[in-house]
Amino acid sequence: MIETRLGDFEEVILLVAGILEDEAYALKITEEFKRQTGREVSIGAVHSTLDRLEQKGFVKSALGEATAIRGGKRKRIFTITALGKRVLKDAMDFRMSLWKQYPLLAGKLNFSYS
Amino acid sequence: MLHRFLRDDLAEDVGGDLEERFYTLRENTSRLRAQADYWYQVFFYIRPFAIRKRSQQPQLYRAMYKNYFTTSLRAMKKNKLHAAINIAGLSVGMTVAIIIGLWIKDELSYEKHFDNYDRIGRVLQNVTNNGHVDTWWSVPFPLADELRKKYGDNFTHVVLATDAENAVVTHEDKHLSQSGIFAEPDVGELFTLSMVNGSRDALKDPSSILISQSLAKIYFADSDPVGKIMTINTSMTVNVAGVYKDIPGQSEFNNVHFIAPWQLLYNESGWIKNMHDPWRPNAFSLYVGLAANRDFSAVSATIKDAKLKNLSAELAKKKPALFIHPMNQWHLYSRFRDGFQVGGLITYVWLFAIIGVFVVLMACMNFMNLSTARSEKRAKEVGIRKAIGSYRSQLIQQFFSESVVTVLMSFILALLLAQLSLPAFNLVAAKDAQLPWGDVTLWLYAIGLCVVIGLLAGSYPALYLSSITARQALKGGFRASKGSAWSRKIMVVVQFTVSVTMIIGTAVVFRQIQHAKDRPIGYETDGLVAVQANSSELHKHIDAVRNELQQARVIVDVAEAGSPTTESWSSTSAIKWDGKDPDLSVDFSNVGVSANYGKTIGWEIAQGRDFNRDILSDSNAFIVNETAANYMGFATPVGEIVYWYDHPIKIVGVIKDIVSNSPFEPVKPTFYFIDQNAGGFALFRISPDQPAQQALGAIERVYKKYNPEKPFTFRFVDEAYAQKFGNEERMGKLAGIFTSLAIFISCLGIFGLSSFIAEQRTKEIGIRKVHGATVFQVWRMVSTDFVVLVVVACCIAMPVAYLLASQWVTRYTYHTNVSWFIPVFAALTILIITLITVSWHTVQAAKTNPVKSLRTE
Repeated sequence: MIETRLGDFEEVILLVAGILEDEAYALKITEEFKRQTGREVSIGAVHSTLDRLEQKGFVKSALGEATAIRGGKRKRIFTITALGKRVLKDAMDFRMSLWKQYPLLAGKLNFSYS
Repeated sequence: MLHRFLRDDLAEDVGGDLEERFYTLRENTSRLRAQADYWYQVFFYIRPFAIRKRSQQPQLYRAMYKNYFTTSLRAMKKNKLHAAINIAGLSVGMTVAIIIGLWIKDELSYEKHFDNYDRIGRVLQNVTNNGHVDTWWSVPFPLADELRKKYGDNFTHVVLATDAENAVVTHEDKHLSQSGIFAEPDVGELFTLSMVNGSRDALKDPSSILISQSLAKIYFADSDPVGKIMTINTSMTVNVAGVYKDIPGQSEFNNVHFIAPWQLLYNESGWIKNMHDPWRPNAFSLYVGLAANRDFSAVSATIKDAKLKNLSAELAKKKPALFIHPMNQWHLYSRFRDGFQVGGLITYVWLFAIIGVFVVLMACMNFMNLSTARSEKRAKEVGIRKAIGSYRSQLIQQFFSESVVTVLMSFILALLLAQLSLPAFNLVAAKDAQLPWGDVTLWLYAIGLCVVIGLLAGSYPALYLSSITARQALKGGFRASKGSAWSRKIMVVVQFTVSVTMIIGTAVVFRQIQHAKDRPIGYETDGLVAVQANSSELHKHIDAVRNELQQARVIVDVAEAGSPTTESWSSTSAIKWDGKDPDLSVDFSNVGVSANYGKTIGWEIAQGRDFNRDILSDSNAFIVNETAANYMGFATPVGEIVYWYDHPIKIVGVIKDIVSNSPFEPVKPTFYFIDQNAGGFALFRISPDQPAQQALGAIERVYKKYNPEKPFTFRFVDEAYAQKFGNEERMGKLAGIFTSLAIFISCLGIFGLSSFIAEQRTKEIGIRKVHGATVFQVWRMVSTDFVVLVVVACCIAMPVAYLLASQWVTRYTYHTNVSWFIPVFAALTILIITLITVSWHTVQAAKTNPVKSLRTE
């Protein structure tokens, strides 16, 4: 059985991978994640998530070019699939619909302190 | 490391990622940081997704192991006798090892539960008495203040205390005899008592008391004891200030059920306060906690003369040298000879550890022997397996799994046996050992050990047998190498050497105990009851008690004494006589008694006469024992004058030595004197025609008449005396049990071997019988092989054991000699046992009709 729901962390990783386009390999995604969120995370953790996303069919991966600093080893570039894009959009739509209901809620609970 | 666990298809890009990060980091930060980061990243790659899947075809492997297991069981079934011998021998050996292990663990755990046990010590002193050095455990009480004032920076705490003694503890109408100590307030801190209720500092108030949880339970059931009032020995009233958790059995202090303030004892008991010279009586225990960065030997050296400096010239002759005995040595290293520590119970720990190792080794040897012996049969199996395509590695695995399965089965059986025999063992060893079912590390060790034993024991068939080629094996006539026959013989010899040594050792232990038991003890213990007076009432009414019980024909007589006959509690150095070397420091035991004491306990007068109530001058007379008379060197002791604290006292009689301390040690020079206040103990001689229980009841009724509020505490003197052998007898019994198990294991071994040899030589025996050999001749021929091995073992064991045993008995001053008889007896026993064991199979083989054994040819 393949899990089709998108987790919180997975969503962010997927978005970061989308931003990086051609440079979306585990290390770069990790660094970009840190830059965007300020949270420290291990490459292994990111890679593990990417692996899961690939199993769910949201990304696909292929080995890309090699550089000298990598000791001649190739990168594994992750690209978002159509399914991945749809899931991302669904997630965003879902949030938007929540946000649209939000002011009502906020008014009732009196969130504003001013 | 990364590549060891990483999935192959990930290796390249992950490796690249990590390398890129490493070099990028190197440019910005230190090498160390980069390296640390690299390791951190690698470590976090250990995730399920990234790890390489181990076996590609798990089902097949499982089937293989299942097959190994089945063939193991099948091999055992096919050869039930050998399997039974292997498992029985191994499981008995392991049971012994488990039980010895538990025993040793218990012995080693003494005092370890105190938080600071490695920083606590007791102050002992080496004193010169009667020309040699004794080690005394007690010290005079002013020493505590002296250490605090002048040597205080060496210690965190200095705590003066009494030894645990029984006292009558009263709350409302409950009067019971309880054991406890009086100690200075720091005692709670020093020993870090764990409190259930109240504070452990409470003893600063001299009218407070700390009680143990079990004592609280007895007196107060479930109600809160704190603040309740109790009375000690009817005179000291105290408030319960705290309840501490019972001190565990593995401690000197395990019978300390109350701790009362030292100050209270000092205030209430006149004899401490009014001491003429407080530095003279050595009656108290002194415990210290070492300050940080001090060690025992250095502090011992510092305080060595702390007592000597305060002594009068006369007492200084004893040359007391103080030292600290560390708490973690109290239990196992407490024998001192000539002022030096000479071990103690640790000897038994080592002894039993060695026995345990040997017994397991012997069981392993059986296992190896039987498998090498059977190897010729298994060779055919190996041949067939190889012929149908087995790899050598598979055969090795098969043989190993066979032996490991056997060992694991034995281990499970051993656990069962250990669990079943533990209650009996605890009874004999006076322990409360339990199998630690919950201790995981221990289990891992045990199972690991099992696997190691299994691999060792199975190594011969696994490594050697698997190497032969199919052709060799199937052609027939495969013979195990000469070497294996030799190694078999050597192992049998080793087994029997150990067995014979153990028999000799055990026999000597029992001889030594019997020797000490046969020692004349100088009085009659049968029918003698020592009753603790607990107050002066009994003493005041002793004549009435005597009359009443004599008229009822319950007792023959009752006498009084300061200590029970089985102990002597008092000794003095203030003894002089004409011709004594003025520099000699002496230590004489002394017992204050009533005039009829000798008659009541039945001592034997060697010279002179007994005390006599009607001779007034006897209040100033001594009766001495023979040791004292000889020590003082009088030609005719009777009539000589001895000075005690410079009072001249006449010796009126000499008695045969009475053994009142250890029956293994020489009797101390002792004198007896009439003490008008002798009242510590009443010794009742029960009429021989009275049943003991009935007489005891009558004595208790009379006692209660005068002491309605006191508990009746009594001991039969013969029982108390027998207890002096308790430790030795326990060790003897344990050694006896282990020895018989060792013999059992070695016999199992030769039993198996003889069955194998009888089987192997069936044809030979058949041919011999056809040629006219008798059953006896055949039996003798086959048995001789084994007897020779056992004789060799005896020849090795006898001198070794003789030397060891002779050395051991010298631990005891009063010891038996190891006669030639014991080793010879041991050798004969083992020979007879061997012959019986071996004959089982040899006689059967010899009796078989040769037609049967030869028909197949």
